[in-house]
Amino acid sequence: MVRLPAILNVLSVIIMLFALCMAFPLAFAMYFDDGTRLVFEQSMLITAAAGMALRLATRGRRRELQTRDGFLLVFLVWTVLPAFATLPLLLYLNDLSFTDAYFEAVSGLTATGATVLSGLDRLPHAINIWRTFMVWLGGMGIIVLAVAILPLLGVGGSQIYKAETPGPMKDAKLTPRITETAKGLWTVYLLITIACFFSLRVAGMTWLDAMMHTFSTMGLGGFSAHDDSFAYWNSPVIEAVVMFFMLLAGINFATHFVALRRRSTAPYLRDPEVGLYLLVVLGSCVLIALYLWINGVYPQFWTALRFASFNLVSIATTTGFSSTDYNLWPIFAPVWMLFLCCFATCSGSTGGGIKMIRAELMARQAIREMTRIVHPRAYVPVKLGGETIENKIIFAILAFMLVYGASIIAMTMLLTASKLDIITAFTAVFACINNTGPGLNLVGPATTYAVLTDFQTWVCTAAMLLGRLELFTLLVVFTPGFWRR
Amino acid sequence: MKIIILGAGQVGSTVAESLVSEANDITVVDTDGPRLRALQDRLDLRTLVGSAAHPDTLRAAGVDDADLLIAVTQSDEVNLVACKIATQMFNLPTCIARIRSTAYLGNEAVFAPECFAVDHAICPEQILTDYIVKLVEFPEALQVLEFAEGRVSLVAVRAFKGGPLVGHELKDIRKHIPTVDARIAAIFRGDSPIVPEGNTVVQAGDEVFCLAATKDIRKVMQELRRMDRPVKRVMIAGGGNIGERLARALDKNYVVKIIDRNKLRCEMLSGVLDNALVLNGDVTDETLLESENVDEMDLFVSVTNDDENNIMASLLAKRMGARRVVALINRRAYVDLLQDGRIDIAISPAQATIGSLLAHVRRGDVAKVHSLRRGAAEALEAVVHGDAGSCRMVGRTIEAIELPKGTTIAALVRGEEVIMAHHDTVVEAGDHAIVFVTEKKMVPKVEKLFQVSVGFL
Repeated sequence: MVRLPAILNVLSVIIMLFALCMAFPLAFAMYFDDGTRLVFEQSMLITAAAGMALRLATRGRRRELQTRDGFLLVFLVWTVLPAFATLPLLLYLNDLSFTDAYFEAVSGLTATGATVLSGLDRLPHAINIWRTFMVWLGGMGIIVLAVAILPLLGVGGSQIYKAETPGPMKDAKLTPRITETAKGLWTVYLLITIACFFSLRVAGMTWLDAMMHTFSTMGLGGFSAHDDSFAYWNSPVIEAVVMFFMLLAGINFATHFVALRRRSTAPYLRDPEVGLYLLVVLGSCVLIALYLWINGVYPQFWTALRFASFNLVSIATTTGFSSTDYNLWPIFAPVWMLFLCCFATCSGSTGGGIKMIRAELMARQAIREMTRIVHPRAYVPVKLGGETIENKIIFAILAFMLVYGASIIAMTMLLTASKLDIITAFTAVFACINNTGPGLNLVGPATTYAVLTDFQTWVCTAAMLLGRLELFTLLVVFTPGFWRR
Repeated sequence: MKIIILGAGQVGSTVAESLVSEANDITVVDTDGPRLRALQDRLDLRTLVGSAAHPDTLRAAGVDDADLLIAVTQSDEVNLVACKIATQMFNLPTCIARIRSTAYLGNEAVFAPECFAVDHAICPEQILTDYIVKLVEFPEALQVLEFAEGRVSLVAVRAFKGGPLVGHELKDIRKHIPTVDARIAAIFRGDSPIVPEGNTVVQAGDEVFCLAATKDIRKVMQELRRMDRPVKRVMIAGGGNIGERLARALDKNYVVKIIDRNKLRCEMLSGVLDNALVLNGDVTDETLLESENVDEMDLFVSVTNDDENNIMASLLAKRMGARRVVALINRRAYVDLLQDGRIDIAISPAQATIGSLLAHVRRGDVAKVHSLRRGAAEALEAVVHGDAGSCRMVGRTIEAIELPKGTTIAALVRGEEVIMAHHDTVVEAGDHAIVFVTEKKMVPKVEKLFQVSVGFL
């Protein structure tokens, strides 16, 4: 059975940790004195007080969490924290509805990058810093962070950790203790973040822009501090740097961790996803560039390649930056980009979608079925990197794909039922469930999600959470069996 | 020589049988009493019931004054420990252990004196696998044996009508292939050996053993029969230790299908093999063989652990159209039964592997022994030591060396160089001589030839 008080007890600690995170934008608010100091002070106080109250209320109910409790904790963390994250937005922008603010916060924490705000250039720095900082926090995972720096989860920690980390196979630990693993992952994340920060500064951004866009890039989120996104700079160098770090963040951080620890590139070569990931993404860049060039969108091939590769890498890695309004390109190009975002990134990266590993395994499963038709008595294993994959995992992935497809169809139906045109509806759901950000048509790269009605916004919010927690972690909480004693 | 054999299984018994005939004192240790009694009834040796690695058992077996320990129990670990104890506690000079696991075989350090002190690790499954892989590479050969680290090969080929040399005198081979230096080491017609001379005429149906540098083997075989097309498709019946090794060895370069009855085994095989198709079923199930196109197979290899199954499966495969069938047959009686040749090659595991063991038992510096024609003949590679005074070979031409009857020196390997033995070739110290012995009882005499007389230091 689920023991709510014990879960709330842990939740209270995470809420207080989250309050502490608000000190980061607060510091900038004080430095720039842009009139948001009070906003952040109030938000932090409210969050901290709520956490403290919950802690006092559940005092003495602390107990070791079990697998089932873990799912509920993850669910609560990912639904309750965005509510607190809306506070600075609501307090500063008086005409913003809670629905839109919550959408914006979920979009940040799930590293989606879909926004309802416009006039970003006129917003105070601290607000934009808070938006992008959420992307960075959510990218690697709030619970992973909590596991890394708080000794609060004990033995059950690994179960909860698994519920948040993306990918089908999570049993391989990098270190014997889960805390060390989480610490290792966050350290690598931090190191690459620092590298990205300085690279962007050198490439020509201001310190502030470099920081905010580093957060957005590393979390593969896509929030920008400018309405024009990367068209604001119109600099091939900046685009190249961001592309490089987006590609880096789309690789499994466990692989980065091992590669850094051994100081060799061998782990990348051995990783079953990396090769295919780079091949698919970079191959598509050339393909789309050729397509745009042949169709006369850009007169020169190199221009076509520049715009095609930046926007394609951005969408395929589920980031969502743009350097041009690709909505105006021939429809095949943006559709192909969106198609890539559903599977291109690697498991254990900060990207969304079904992950390359699942796509790979599904392809192999399909080949296996065909071999079985020809050789009914044959034993055909599904292999990845020389290892046989258990049927259990294959079945889990099949079920995942089914639920994934069903979710997209159901939510697209809901949006079309509420009178949204089919392309907008489908691409909005698709971009949200894959945590990409911009869709096409009304929710394209040059527009925002502000056009959606409240109901439609909630559907998209649900899609983002479903995608980030990889469906089952979220859905299991709604099954009757989960609550049965 | 006093020899202790640990383990009276297939390998242990065969080794014992083979060594008893060479006038050695043998003690066999095993935990299985009845099996030992059966062995003792059949052969002139001592047996002891006990746990092979226990010091008490070893002491009782007389390890104190033994010359050689051969550890061939089922378990790699028991074999390793027995070797360690025998060398460390009882100062035994030489230990041979049967090691199956590649995890040990791949790490030479395990066998070092300060570790488990194994002088020679042998792996029968690997030897058999190498044997069969050779047959896949050279589909025309009955057997391919390597000497001098693979530089020289001895092939057994059945002469067929249509081969350029068939019906001609042996010395014509020089006219046919002047660039190749090859030597016919022996010819068996029916069951009787013929010592080859320059004017011997090769007849169709002869089993011809010829020696040549490994790279020239194909050309030599072309002289004796028309070449088959190279093997592409192989079906392996039985996925046990040998089947697995074989499939792994062939996985990359051939189209392999492997059949096993055990589902768990199939699962495991499909995990370790990258390309081969793993099939679950009975190796004698003709519907399975038919649906998997046995008639398209270039080679069908039956390597289950059951003689009857191997025979039946390969007969079936042959009848259904497999080009060539090979069967693993343990029982000697069965091998004799199948002489009419419906099974192309019958391999006796014991005979194929005994050679590598015998090499270490022989007196003189013997580098390699291959047992041929079910133990009736032997081909060995021995190192010539000493000088003209202490050895009866050094400094003499081949024709001047007094060889026992039915024995030929086929080639000399001097460093990297391979020299085919002609009547005027001079033997030097340090040469590896490849000697073909058509009658096994001559082997001790050959050994004596290679031994250095007392006084040589």
